[in-house]
Amino acid sequence: MSLLVGALTLGFIFSLIALGVLISFRVFSFPDITADGSSTLGAALAAILLVNHVHPALATAAGFAGGFLAGALTGALATKFRINGLLSGILVMTALYSVNLRIMGRSNVSLLGAATFALSAERAGRAVLGSATLSVLGWEVTPREASMLLAAAVFIVLAGAVMYLFFQTNLGTAMRATGDNAQMVRALGVNDDHMIILGLAVSNALVALGGALLAQYQGFADVQMGIGMVVWGLASVIIGEALVGTRSLGLSITGAVMGSVLFRLLVAIALRMGLNPNDLKLATAVFVFLALITPSLLKRMGSLRQKSSAETSHA
Amino acid sequence: MLEVAGISKTFNAGTANELRALQGVRLNVQDRSFVIIIGTNGSGKSTLLNAVAGSFFVDSGAVKVDGSDITKWPESRRAKFIGRVFQNPFSGTAANMSIAENLALAAHRGRPRGLGWLLEGTLLGRMHEQVRELNMGLEDRLKNAMGSLSGGQRQALTLLMATWSRPKVLLLDEHTAALDPKSADQVIALTDRIVKRDQLTTLMVTHSMQQAASLGDRLIMMHRGQVVQDFAGADKKRLRPDDLMARFEEVRRAELLDESAAAMLRRVYV
Repeated sequence: MSLLVGALTLGFIFSLIALGVLISFRVFSFPDITADGSSTLGAALAAILLVNHVHPALATAAGFAGGFLAGALTGALATKFRINGLLSGILVMTALYSVNLRIMGRSNVSLLGAATFALSAERAGRAVLGSATLSVLGWEVTPREASMLLAAAVFIVLAGAVMYLFFQTNLGTAMRATGDNAQMVRALGVNDDHMIILGLAVSNALVALGGALLAQYQGFADVQMGIGMVVWGLASVIIGEALVGTRSLGLSITGAVMGSVLFRLLVAIALRMGLNPNDLKLATAVFVFLALITPSLLKRMGSLRQKSSAETSHA
Repeated sequence: MLEVAGISKTFNAGTANELRALQGVRLNVQDRSFVIIIGTNGSGKSTLLNAVAGSFFVDSGAVKVDGSDITKWPESRRAKFIGRVFQNPFSGTAANMSIAENLALAAHRGRPRGLGWLLEGTLLGRMHEQVRELNMGLEDRLKNAMGSLSGGQRQALTLLMATWSRPKVLLLDEHTAALDPKSADQVIALTDRIVKRDQLTTLMVTHSMQQAASLGDRLIMMHRGQVVQDFAGADKKRLRPDDLMARFEEVRRAELLDESAAAMLRRVYV
């Protein structure tokens, strides 16, 4: 049972990364892979501050801010210096690897005994629920697991709501319009370069926030932990789009969160059924590949079927 | 209101594809004047409009609007003064956003974008009213995506967006060329109505001799990156489509003459 609750909690935390990917890939159509580096950056900043007894709120906020800067840098490379978007992300991501090592001073930092959000959530949970094992729908759940899950869920609902509201403001709408039609946006007096820089900054801030929370949940930060984050985020976004569609931004945000949670559950089930953890990233990449080509494949099959039925009707 | 002071622009300078699109264009447009621009293909009509709008920076010369020198301003900053409608009906609107969102974005043209709500009550009220005046039945579909509309509807809305907060200069770049004849007539009627109502300083590029003759109070003809004819006042009023065709023919013949004369001179002297 703890496997399921753990998967749900991870799903909620990872949905911050999915939301970041939603902004870069879907709102701006910008293939930003900075996220692989900025998620680790968020984790590294938060971890090193936490072991130095900084308040978890401040440490997490520092992670958020670090991601913001990293995203802004990618945006500046792509717009001010006219470097290909994908390459801009690769440059920043590569540079961040060294930066993250510098920040942590070594390749991983343990948060054992540090005052993290996870610990705060656990304490609050114990105060409310008591320390006995809970029974939810006949499943045994420890108060630690239950409170972590609840805290992660509340956090994500808040983050999703703030993101949704932000994209209804003058600034947020101008950002959405930039991804839709940059020419129009310039004609309406918005500097599209600035919108892209700010958009990627917000995207990577969310990703780094996810990294900071992930480090606190799993109890350590590791310089390798960000590898594959973009593809995981993309997988969540794609699942979300299959679940709820893309008709409105509110649905896309909800979908990305649902997609992330569902994806983590699938991963947990696959691991339980004997998938070698080393093969996880391969499996994820194959999944995203299939999800990307299926729509056009279905369309082609549909037109083939139409053609063949037209031929039979002729005959 | 608009002063174009001897601007030149050469694309791909120094290569085989060098194109001297604008060659010292001078144009002074009075406040509230409606100027029609015609010319052959590649004569620099659209390039002139793009130079005013700031799609690129000119090589030499200056552009001034209402006394401000905007020559070095980027496109987005010039939008404070300039409203624009493009030839492509898809260029002026965001397909994945609603009609209301598009209009609201335009209502803030040239103003800084903060964290206030985009769609607030008074704006929505005015939107409903203005869109109803288009007589396209769109006022009850403000929440629909822009992408679900026809080219003519989108162009009408783009015109509404460009003029929502009164621009100092309105630029119309063959904005009916991509539309079917009926939609084109609708958009032209709307253009005439809005420009007259708000007394806008307007530059309109067109290929239609009909539009060129019937609209505006001044007409300029461009050829090879220069203004070659300029009709204003009573002269403009007298112009008929046939006259314009005749003028085109004249320009063309003069050019042939120039070229053969040049060839003769070369033969004799070189």
